[in-house]
Amino acid sequence: MQYLVSVITDTPDLATEDEMAAIDVFNDRLQAEGHWVFAGGLAAPSSATVIDNRGEEAMFTDGPFLESKEYLAGFWVMEAADLDVALKLATEGSKACNRKIEVRPFL
Amino acid sequence: MSVADVREAVTQAHREEWTRVVASLTRRFGDLDIAEEAAAEAFATAVERWPADGVPPNPGAWLTTTANRNAIDRIRRENKRGDKQKEAQLLYDDDPPGPAGAIDDERLRLIFTCCHPALAMQTRVALTLRMVAGLTVPEIARALLVQETAMGQRITRAKAKIKAARIPYRVPSAADLPARVSGVLAVLFLVFNEGYLATGPDTDPVRHDLTAEAIRLTRLIRALLPEDGEVAGLLALMLLTEARRTARVSASGELVTLAEQDRGTWDAALIAEGHRLVRERLAARVAPGRYQILAAISAVHTSARDIRDTDWSQVVALYDQLVRLDPSPIIVLNRAIAVAELDGPEVALATVDRLEDKLAGYHAYHAARADLLRRLGRSQKSRAAYDKAIELAGNTAETAYLTRRRDQLG
Repeated sequence: MQYLVSVITDTPDLATEDEMAAIDVFNDRLQAEGHWVFAGGLAAPSSATVIDNRGEEAMFTDGPFLESKEYLAGFWVMEAADLDVALKLATEGSKACNRKIEVRPFL
Repeated sequence: MSVADVREAVTQAHREEWTRVVASLTRRFGDLDIAEEAAAEAFATAVERWPADGVPPNPGAWLTTTANRNAIDRIRRENKRGDKQKEAQLLYDDDPPGPAGAIDDERLRLIFTCCHPALAMQTRVALTLRMVAGLTVPEIARALLVQETAMGQRITRAKAKIKAARIPYRVPSAADLPARVSGVLAVLFLVFNEGYLATGPDTDPVRHDLTAEAIRLTRLIRALLPEDGEVAGLLALMLLTEARRTARVSASGELVTLAEQDRGTWDAALIAEGHRLVRERLAARVAPGRYQILAAISAVHTSARDIRDTDWSQVVALYDQLVRLDPSPIIVLNRAIAVAELDGPEVALATVDRLEDKLAGYHAYHAARADLLRRLGRSQKSRAAYDKAIELAGNTAETAYLTRRRDQLG
């Protein structure tokens, strides 16, 4: 079972050095214990481009599809047996990156 | 067997077997939705058949077997691609229910799943009332003052989340158990409190259906986790509170305070059972949690012949212990009410006044202040506090009581 573990933030600040170090330790653990699938940090929402090619011609829009106060700053994809395991990992992940986190199952 | 006897047998089977049937089906099919529907169908079949066929010698086994068949039928219907191998397994895996211990485990699993922290509190309450207590959706909607369709959707969404997010169907590990048990107890305490002091202006002031259901479920948890002190504490607290239920509202529908209750009408059997549990916890010599302390406070009250006979210093000492554990403003308010009896209303009022920032929107804060001000002869201020309390109170009996008190001010 895989879960998308999203990092939610409301400031444009990138992770500090201490936070990056804690995230590295956490990532090592995820890999050692077989929970790691993928992870990455994202550039600011203002760097996004939205593409809509449902019509005749592809439309490009500068910026995110939804303006909001809180946004996705990064994510993990984790392998976990069930939600209890995923929540436990996410709880530690939240501490490591010092941000709010959302856990959502893949179908 | 008369129609009434059969109806009684079905009701009794529902009370005693519903949780077991749902739990064992959930375990077997790994799906709350299938378990719930198949169990409900089996009980409906019982209502239909038992009058003609007679009540089976082992109603629980009959219901489990019937529900199992219903579940298999549904899976077959839905399984249009015809997964023959899975179907065969369903067919031949028709094993009888395991020993009592294993079944108890299944019921616990069900409770922990329904009270999972990833579900919203109101959802946990609704799901527990449906899956564990066996209330119907319309009954739960009425109990929680929510529209029936909204309640149905809430329960459906919760079952879908449990499935999609894979909320596990198991008893938490020893390390997680205390926190998870306390989550379950919070759900049961919420159900009980809603029954004991119903919040809505359109319901009875005291709802025996909810208090009785909360006690029944807490007894079940107690039977499954007999060593847990907080479970015993919550059960004792509920029993000692329930014992005073009939004395709590007057014939005219007004709330009767502890001081004015006719103690002769308190339920002696419930009090004896509650006191036994409190003594059991005292003898355990383990630092008590909040429910055990609240139960001990209730035990002091229910041991007194009248309000003057109450050991207030003991009550305040217990509140001191509780404040150390949980310094929330509501606990501080309740402690102050006890202090008023020991050290007088002036001392208590000083503490209560300091809580204004945190409790200004809470009717009991204003009611407590109004009472202290009344006892100090400050009628004008007391009247203003009663006005505020009446404005915020939702319970009809409490509103009636507060209104009379206000109108009696000189």
